[in-house]
Formats: sequence, C-alpha cells, structure tokens
Amino acid sequence: MKLVIILLSAIFVNNFVLSRFLGICPFLGVSKKVETAVGMGLAVTFVMALASVITWIVQRLVLDILGIAYMQTIAFILVIAGLVQFVEMVIKKTSPTLYQALGVYLPLITTNCAVLGVAILNIDSGYNLIETLINGIGGALGFTLAIVLFAGIRERLETAPYPKALDGFPIALIAASLMSIAFLGFSGLL
Amino acid sequence: MINDILWPVATLGGLAIFFGIVLAYASKKFAVETDPKVDEIRAVLPGANCGGCGYPGCDGLAEAIAIGKAPVNACPVGGADVAKKVAEIMGVAAEETERMVARVICGGDCDNAKEKYEYQGIQDCKAAEILAGGSKSCRFGCTGLGTCERLCPFDAIHVVNGVAVVDEEKCTACGICIENCPKKIIELVPVSKLVRVLCKNTDKGKAVVEVCKVGCIACQKCVKACQFDAMTFENNLAKIDYSKCTNCMVCAEVCPTKTIYADFSRRKKAYIDQELCIGCTICKKQCKFDAIEGELKEKHKVLEDKCTGCGQCAIKCPKKCIEMR
Repeated sequence: MKLVIILLSAIFVNNFVLSRFLGICPFLGVSKKVETAVGMGLAVTFVMALASVITWIVQRLVLDILGIAYMQTIAFILVIAGLVQFVEMVIKKTSPTLYQALGVYLPLITTNCAVLGVAILNIDSGYNLIETLINGIGGALGFTLAIVLFAGIRERLETAPYPKALDGFPIALIAASLMSIAFLGFSGLL
Repeated sequence: MINDILWPVATLGGLAIFFGIVLAYASKKFAVETDPKVDEIRAVLPGANCGGCGYPGCDGLAEAIAIGKAPVNACPVGGADVAKKVAEIMGVAAEETERMVARVICGGDCDNAKEKYEYQGIQDCKAAEILAGGSKSCRFGCTGLGTCERLCPFDAIHVVNGVAVVDEEKCTACGICIENCPKKIIELVPVSKLVRVLCKNTDKGKAVVEVCKVGCIACQKCVKACQFDAMTFENNLAKIDYSKCTNCMVCAEVCPTKTIYADFSRRKKAYIDQELCIGCTICKKQCKFDAIEGELKEKHKVLEDKCTGCGQCAIKCPKKCIEMR
C-alpha cells in the first residue's frame, strides 16, 4: 500500500514540474509538439528510474559509510552525468530505433534538475531501494504526464485567438501556471 | 583534519575515475559507425546555423542530406557553390539553381515619402508598426527603423535614407529579414534580374501620389511597353513575372513615377560577330525593337541606340554569333 501511495503522490500530488517546479527548462523547451514531448517524457522516465537506483546505492554504500553525505549534490551530478552518457552509448548500439526516438533528448537530461531533485528527495525521505525506484518512476511519469498535457495545450494554442503581444513564451507560461493551479486540486488526494 | 579533505577528494575522484574508465570502455565497446558523409557535408556548409533550410541548424541539414531526405542544394545560404561541393560528396550532379537575393520592395525614402507624424518610440519597425502602421504616410512602405538590419546575420541589409537596401553581394537569401519585416515588403528574386517594381501600395493612383513621389499609380504603361508579357497588374500594382523578364528595362524607361527601377549601367547590348554571321535574318525577325538591320544573305548590324539588351536574338541565332555584353 505504501508503494502505491508513493507512486500516486509522485505523479499527481507532488508533481515534479507543476508542484515542485523542477525541470521547467525541458517542460517549456520541448513541449511544442505532443510527439516530441512523449519522446522527452520517455527519456526522462528511463533516466530517472535508473538514476534513482544508482544514486541510492552510491549514497548508502559510499557516502554514508565514509561519512561524507554532505558531498551528496556533487557526487549525484557526477553519477547522473556519467550515467546518461553511458546509457546513450548503450542505446545507440543496442537499439537504434529507441535511440532515434530518445536520441536528441538524452543529452538534455544530463543537467535536468528534476533528475537530481528526485535523487536527493529519495535520500531525504529515507526510502529503501524499492521505494526509491517507485518514487523515481512515479516522478518521471508525472513529468511525462505534465509535458504531454502541456504540449497538447500548446498545439491548440497555435490556432487559438489571443492577444499578439502574448505570442510565444508569455502565453506558454500563462498556460503552464493555469495547469499548475489545476494540479493543486490533487493536493487533498492522499 | 586532513581526513576531512582527503576522504571526499579521494571518493569523488575515485568515482570520477571509475565513470571515466567505464565511459572510455563503453565508447569503444559500443562504438557505432556513423556515416562519414554527415561530417563531410557539415564541413562544407556555411555553419551560420540560420535555419533558412528549415532544419535545426547546419548539423540537422547535413544529416538530412546524408540520408537523402533533403536535396543537395537545400542550403539557401551557400547557393550553387555549396550545392556543388555537397553534390560531390554525395556523388550526384547538382542541379543548377540561380542564386536568389532579397529585395526591399519600396522606394519611399526620406525624400520621396511624406511623414505622417514624428515617431519617437522604440527604434524598431515592429514597435512602430503598432502605432498606426509607422510614421510614414504610406502604410505599405518601409518603416526604415532597421529591424532587418539588426537581424541580418550577414550584414547584407542596411537602412539608407529611410529605406532598407539589400547588398546583393552579401545577401544569402536566408529569409530572416523577410520573416521579420512587419510590412512584408522584402521578397526573394533571382539575382540576375535587374528590373524591379519598388512599390507595394495597392491603393488607387490618386491616393498613392498623395503619400509618395515614387509610388505605383497603376497607369499600366509598363504593361503596354513590355514585349514579353512579363508585366502584370494586380491590386493596382505592377508585378514582374521574373520567369519571363529579359532585363530589357523598357518598363523602367516608360514608368512616369520611376517606380520601376532598373540598373541601366548593367544594361547589355547585342554584338554580331561579322565573321560568323550568314545573314539568315532570324535575329532581325526576333528583335521586338527593330534594332537589327540587314537584308537576307548580308551581314546584319545592331543599332545600338535601339537595342535594349533583351538577348532574344542571341538565344535564337543558329550560328551563335551574337554576344551580349
């Protein structure tokens, strides 16, 4: 039951983009088309799940034992950057189709604060390995949900009548803030 | 104390070295052979990343060309030179394309067009456009505040006396100015065409005269003067069909308001090589300006004051003895 709560909480209540305001950069940058948004979401899901597990292991087996938990941020950035590079190479070799779908987005995730965010939150919340994995997947699914919904809205905005001065990012930011308010409705869920 | 520094340094350094080794190993183990053509094509592309081709930067285009999604001449900036180099890499023959250049379709500079009010706002065409379409009394004309000049990555467009002018040597037809001009008065035309109608005002003659000295008043004299059906009228505006225009510049001669501009210094004349001419009279029949004289079986002559340089005789001459220069 606890796992389900962690999952739902990560997707809806504590949505990374809309409640915690992490990973705003790709959220605004790669959300012009639903298709690319899905690609980005998939890449983030993949990396977040992996990064959650690996950083948890690094924290518990290296940093905690040596008593240098305060180096957490730097160590995690190192781990995530290395991991993304590694994953990109593996995918490129093993599955060209998946690489085609994710390819351009993978390097972008290297410095995505949502990935670092989920890794640090896992440790702060004192999750065990399984809970960490579930939280990572949930957070990433929440990100995917937000970016895909947002891309859908932006596609429709293309043809919507709105003042010309708001063209481009202003109207996107307004739409994002309204989405964020809408997601606030989930806060009483759990 | 020393441990406080040593341990983190050693741990993070160790982690970094570990990842470094793993990545180095992985890059060998999982190396994928990429198409070397992509790198080669990327090297000959201009590298301005202007996006004029419609792909995300020069890298995107290089990839698209390499897999055959884009034609070898897809780079509008590089033009024929780059297309040729790319074609060599791809091993196909490049289609000859004529270089295009942007042209500002307005002659309403500070001397010709009247001012409606004194604009003191932000010095930007788009900003001025919001304020009753700019300060010039002609609502179609160049605002002259240089938005295109600032955006041009090639320093090829400059505002001279209140009207933007394209430096055709530098222009690469990337289309950035065309996209950003609030008046939509910049167009791409083939560089070899020397005649241009410098007006976008679709109002009737009287209204045009009131706002600008060099506006098209739709008198249609150019239509009658054109021997090649290249001049058409649409919305009270003369328009040149560049596929038919021969650079004879007759329209520019007859235009009463001098709206049609032609670079007369680059006007050509026909010269008949007297050695080769066999007196077939084909060129004489072709000439729409009666500029060639001479009877059958006699050497023909060009009357220089009548020749407009349209070049039709040179195209039709069976002996190829007419040269345009």
